[in-house]
Amino acid sequence: MPAVEVSHVFKSYRDKVAVDDLSFFVSRNEVFGLIGPNGAGKTTTIRMMMDIVKPDSGTVKILGEKLSEANKHRLGYLPEERGLYRKLTVMDSIVYLASLKGMDERLAEQRANELLSETGMLTHSRKRIEELSKGMGQIIQFIITIIHNPELIVMDEPFSGLDPVNTEILKKMLINLRNQGKAVILSTHQMNQVEELCDRILMIDGGHAVLYGRLSEIKAKYRSNSVIIDFNGELGQIAGVIEKRTTKNYVELVLEEDATPRQVLEQLVSAGIVINRFEVATPSLNEIFVKVAGKNHE
Amino acid sequence: MNRVLLIFKHEFRQTVGRTGFIILTIVPPLVALLAIGVSHAISGISEPPAEATGIGYVDEAGGFEQFTTQGNLDFIPFDTPEAATQALVDKDIGEYFVIPEDFVSTGLIRRYTTQRELMPPAATTTAIKNFISSNLLSGKVPETTVTRVEEPLTLVTITLTATGAVAPEQGGPGNLVIPIIVGVMLAVSLTFSSSYLLQGLAAEKENRLMEILLSSVSTRQLVTGKVMGIGSAGLIQVAIWVATVPPLLKLASSSVGGFFSTIQIPPGLISLAILYFVLGYLLFAVLSIGIAAVSTSVREGQTLASIFTLWVIAPFWIWSLIMLAPNSPAWVVLSIFPFSAPVMVMLRLGLTGVPTWQLAASIAVLVLCIIGGLMLAAKLLRTYVLMYGKRPSFGEIMRNLRSG
Repeated sequence: MPAVEVSHVFKSYRDKVAVDDLSFFVSRNEVFGLIGPNGAGKTTTIRMMMDIVKPDSGTVKILGEKLSEANKHRLGYLPEERGLYRKLTVMDSIVYLASLKGMDERLAEQRANELLSETGMLTHSRKRIEELSKGMGQIIQFIITIIHNPELIVMDEPFSGLDPVNTEILKKMLINLRNQGKAVILSTHQMNQVEELCDRILMIDGGHAVLYGRLSEIKAKYRSNSVIIDFNGELGQIAGVIEKRTTKNYVELVLEEDATPRQVLEQLVSAGIVINRFEVATPSLNEIFVKVAGKNHE
Repeated sequence: MNRVLLIFKHEFRQTVGRTGFIILTIVPPLVALLAIGVSHAISGISEPPAEATGIGYVDEAGGFEQFTTQGNLDFIPFDTPEAATQALVDKDIGEYFVIPEDFVSTGLIRRYTTQRELMPPAATTTAIKNFISSNLLSGKVPETTVTRVEEPLTLVTITLTATGAVAPEQGGPGNLVIPIIVGVMLAVSLTFSSSYLLQGLAAEKENRLMEILLSSVSTRQLVTGKVMGIGSAGLIQVAIWVATVPPLLKLASSSVGGFFSTIQIPPGLISLAILYFVLGYLLFAVLSIGIAAVSTSVREGQTLASIFTLWVIAPFWIWSLIMLAPNSPAWVVLSIFPFSAPVMVMLRLGLTGVPTWQLAASIAVLVLCIIGGLMLAAKLLRTYVLMYGKRPSFGEIMRNLRSG
């Protein structure tokens, strides 16, 4: 049973269609990337999953059932627009919001201490939220999202405002959650984080799904017929190569349609060129994103 | 634990833990206690002096020789104004007056004193009047007639019920005090309680907490918990104030006496005060929810809310006019108008009996406005609570409400 099943969902606000016939699923034990340009419909999609916004049509099933007050505690949600009670202490904030997720207050305090310790925030537990830096506040929000051991975790831009050290801590915690069998949905504009963490992705643009599937398969689909080489010596003429693009650290060879990387490699070896690096060029997710989003906005 | 109860507990704790709430709850009874102490002390200091004070007079008209002692004042005759002035300068007398030759036809008396005064002391004026009337009428009319001329009447009004029986509550200034105090308490408590609710909701929207909360609870649970939690804190505040009134009144009556001993609590006032607090609070609560939903910040919300909370204190601005004609149709309308009703009814209860039909109409309108307001506020909250940055225009809000 998938953790999330969204089926033919449609949502509009007065004169604007936010989500248009969108369908996808998210499995347990995976990190699922939800990406798309600004205004693509990501936040509306997430809010429909969280039952904060009702879809005009279509169905959303969370953990096999329609989301209601009775099963909201099975979810952890970190929205993009987020904050905390500024006058409350760190511990009181965590315990109160965990209790709204159905946790016993004493258990919540015990678990909060463990997570604060894991993130290096234990010494701040009695401070007021307004005394914390933005990054520290982000960590507290992350802790609040996962403290009640949810089966599905939805995070919208979880790394914004975090320094590299804290980003690494949270990434490790996310991977651990995935390895514990939980489904994690990660919405972000940071494509390097998606490439690093996500197993599958969904790219939305104009409310439609424009990319959907395993990250490796999508990258393979958008692979161009070219190779990247770093070498010592003179390249000379190579059969099957139609263009050489020279950069500071490597040269990209664009191949003819029926030429293969293997044929090029054999020619280079037989020509006695010392090869330090040879790889089939695959576009980064960022390049794919720009290409797809750009095409849709032309 | 039920989520509504969790929110109730959180909001109640947060509200009663506020320094402002604690100060506001304990200060009024303490101020009243202090005022009783001060009045007791002052009344002890300002006892009238036992010894007689001398007032000089020059009788140019003739015939004013008797009744020269009026209460604690002695009237000392002088032959000429110069002699009286010298005695005044020598501080033998405190002041003097001259009865001119043509007094009977003009009624004019000149008074001389070394003190700067806004007007003559009432006791002095009364003593001179009695001295003059006693001398003018002596031997011409019976003594009792002289007394009636000096003190023509003591008006005692007895209020009867519709059946002609003597009403248990006889009105008077002593009856006004408690309704005014309760009216002030209601105004303060309604304003602050609804302001706490508005601040809480608007801050949760401004601080971007709303979406986190709504991923755990529904808007209905959130709003119910908040309204109950903050309302209970406000009710406890009103209950503490109301509970301190009888003992403070008893203390004031026994230690200061006088006017305080005439103070009465109109029947039904306490139960009506509690009822009007609950209904008034619920009305302002639904209003606060709607305002918080469309506001982008706490400050903007408070500015919008002040348009409505001004009506709570409006009856105090026109208090003197209400006293002149407590049953004027204008005040009847303000007793039924939901935003001014709680305080207006309290104030009128001290002046006159508010007819049952007006109380029923006032309560019915409040209940209807609460139900209607709740439906509108819930719709506004669902539509605008997650919209940040820009406040919707009035036209846009109306279009959204109409479109269902």
